[in-house]
Amino acid sequence: MQISGAQMVIEALIAEEVTTVFGYPGGAIMNVYDEIYKQDGFQHILTRHEQAAIHAAEGYSKASGKVGVAMITSGPGFTNAVTGLADAYMDSIPLVVISGQVPMSLIGTDAFQEIDAVGISRSCTKHNYLVTCAADLPRVLKEAFHIAATGRPGPVHVDIPKDVTAEIAEFDYDIDLNLETYKPHVKGNPRQIKKAMEAIANAKRPLFYLGGGIINANAAYDVRDLVHKTGIPAVETFMARGTLSYDDDLLVGMLGMHGSYASNMAMSETDLVIALGARFDDRVTGKLSEFAKNAGVIHVDIDPASISKLVNADYPIVGDVKNVVNDMLNLVDKIDSKKYETWRNVIKQFEELHPLAYHEDTDRIKPQWVVERVGELLGDDANISTDVGQHQMWSGQFYPFTRPRQFISSGGLGTMGFGFPAAIGVKAASPEKTSINFTGDGSILMNCQELMTAVEKKIPVINIILNNNYLGMVRQWQTLFYDKRHSETDLSVQPDFVKLAEAFGGIGYRVKTKEEFDAALKDAVEKNIVAFIEVIVERMENVMPMVPSGGSLFNMMLLEKKGAK
Amino acid sequence: MEASERRVISVIVINESSVLSRITDLFSARGYNITSLTVAPIPESKYSRLTIVTSGSVRVIEQITKQLHKLIPVLRVYEHADLVEKEMAMVKFPANENIADISTLCEAYNGKIVNVGENVIIVMVADEPKRVENYLKLIKRYNPKEIVRSGAVALER
Repeated sequence: MQISGAQMVIEALIAEEVTTVFGYPGGAIMNVYDEIYKQDGFQHILTRHEQAAIHAAEGYSKASGKVGVAMITSGPGFTNAVTGLADAYMDSIPLVVISGQVPMSLIGTDAFQEIDAVGISRSCTKHNYLVTCAADLPRVLKEAFHIAATGRPGPVHVDIPKDVTAEIAEFDYDIDLNLETYKPHVKGNPRQIKKAMEAIANAKRPLFYLGGGIINANAAYDVRDLVHKTGIPAVETFMARGTLSYDDDLLVGMLGMHGSYASNMAMSETDLVIALGARFDDRVTGKLSEFAKNAGVIHVDIDPASISKLVNADYPIVGDVKNVVNDMLNLVDKIDSKKYETWRNVIKQFEELHPLAYHEDTDRIKPQWVVERVGELLGDDANISTDVGQHQMWSGQFYPFTRPRQFISSGGLGTMGFGFPAAIGVKAASPEKTSINFTGDGSILMNCQELMTAVEKKIPVINIILNNNYLGMVRQWQTLFYDKRHSETDLSVQPDFVKLAEAFGGIGYRVKTKEEFDAALKDAVEKNIVAFIEVIVERMENVMPMVPSGGSLFNMMLLEKKGAK
Repeated sequence: MEASERRVISVIVINESSVLSRITDLFSARGYNITSLTVAPIPESKYSRLTIVTSGSVRVIEQITKQLHKLIPVLRVYEHADLVEKEMAMVKFPANENIADISTLCEAYNGKIVNVGENVIIVMVADEPKRVENYLKLIKRYNPKEIVRSGAVALER
């Protein structure tokens, strides 16, 4: 059929079974928004900032497992979205982001709201396109969805000049994609898998190192199976939280800079690292030369470039982690789980020596208590998003995660302002669950305008602001490594968060006691509108344990021992 | 520090707009070196071939080839071991230099005089990059006014 470029965008989104689009209109994308007005194939959620549109699409994608879609205009619309693209790129989140561009005849003339969008997005997307004629649009959009979702997922940016959205051309979406230069390797090499399983059978102290790729690949339940059948203990990265349930006996905990003592010690003592969908990030490994120093490494990853990038892999296996784990499960009878009994007991002793804990030693609420309490009250019924900082680490440490896709956070890029819009996307994807955003008094102000989106679209996100009147994580580093010079991190001057929420039509609570917190959370869940729960917490609390930047995993700063909770 | 060595990498890409920027952006974003880069379309195909001379440790070179492979329009990446390599250089000499010397010298390096004008002589040589370098050292005494090198191209044996 002969239709306009703008209509093609709508038809393609519907053909891709997109149900929700996040975005913000503007001059260069108006033709497409005109078609959005006329259609009823998907809902459009108007955010109040382009950055938030991308984060919402990320949250939507992470909670649903589908490709997230966002739409923005040229120039500042696009540049506002760049942080979101970079965030999605770092955390391998599949997105298709469509931006308007000035008409073809004006490209390169410094036209109003013109910026070289594909030039900018090249380094923070998996792939990008500048569409120069409407006839290309069906193929480009189909490729964009395919590339975003397959292989190592990531954001794909499609930049469409305004005249291309007006141009009429033939639309046929039933195209055979033949991408001869893009063929992700999804099936692991059987010989390598067999060798890896033999190495596991021969190891004395093997350890699963579970990464976010497991969740992207929808392989968490297969991994649970493999862990249980082998009886091998497992550590999770921050991005992999929820792969194993928090109460799983074989889950040692989270590893890395703020990982548990037992997890980091297990990683330091293991003789065989079994890395599944993890990328040996510096926040995980600490000092590379001391990381799992005496261990062989099995590394399963969809991205060949991740393998042996930082830590040499003795058993490299390129493939989709779900396929590989299932191939491993077929060989699992060669492994005797009793063999690792001693090793499991060693780890138990690590856990008993320094359990993950905090002290209830002040009148003020401890931030960790808030996270734990939400876990007790809502547990599996909540999806948890976070912003970035101390509250983010406490969420990763103390929330009792029970399932994959329950935890949504900005891991690689560490984007303050991510949590609230992401939690809006999460709620849009998963309306039956309570959508919680753990945030701080610093982070929440970076996208608080999204109160308006949540009010207008009736998306009842509950933002729990752990308010310590500090930019807490930076303050912690200043306290520990900069001789307590708290440069520009004192946030004593603050808005009235209750009034702020109310000004947009949401609901606000300010709580100082545990009883007030319980009541506020209960009320917010019942009221079912967007909420700010501001919790006044202990100001100087530090995230512990901590591996100082560049230090070895086994050299942790630990919680002081006193009547620990 | 692992030892850094010179390597030649050939990349076959779909000949489409911005593909060259994708490659060069990757090198700058990840802090890899480009010593030289040549690119031209492969006749009667929709592909172009790039020859990149770079340097790095074994691990870095491995990363470069893997990262190049990840780019969507890249069809193939060859990291050459056994190859024939050639480079061309053109040099402009003042016309008052000894033309016989200049001529003999360039012939020894697979070249010839390609232009003689009122004020300048232009010479081309085409040889292995190391030999081209040698040639450029040798001609210093003839006061070259301008030198242009093409960058290496290579084919596997």
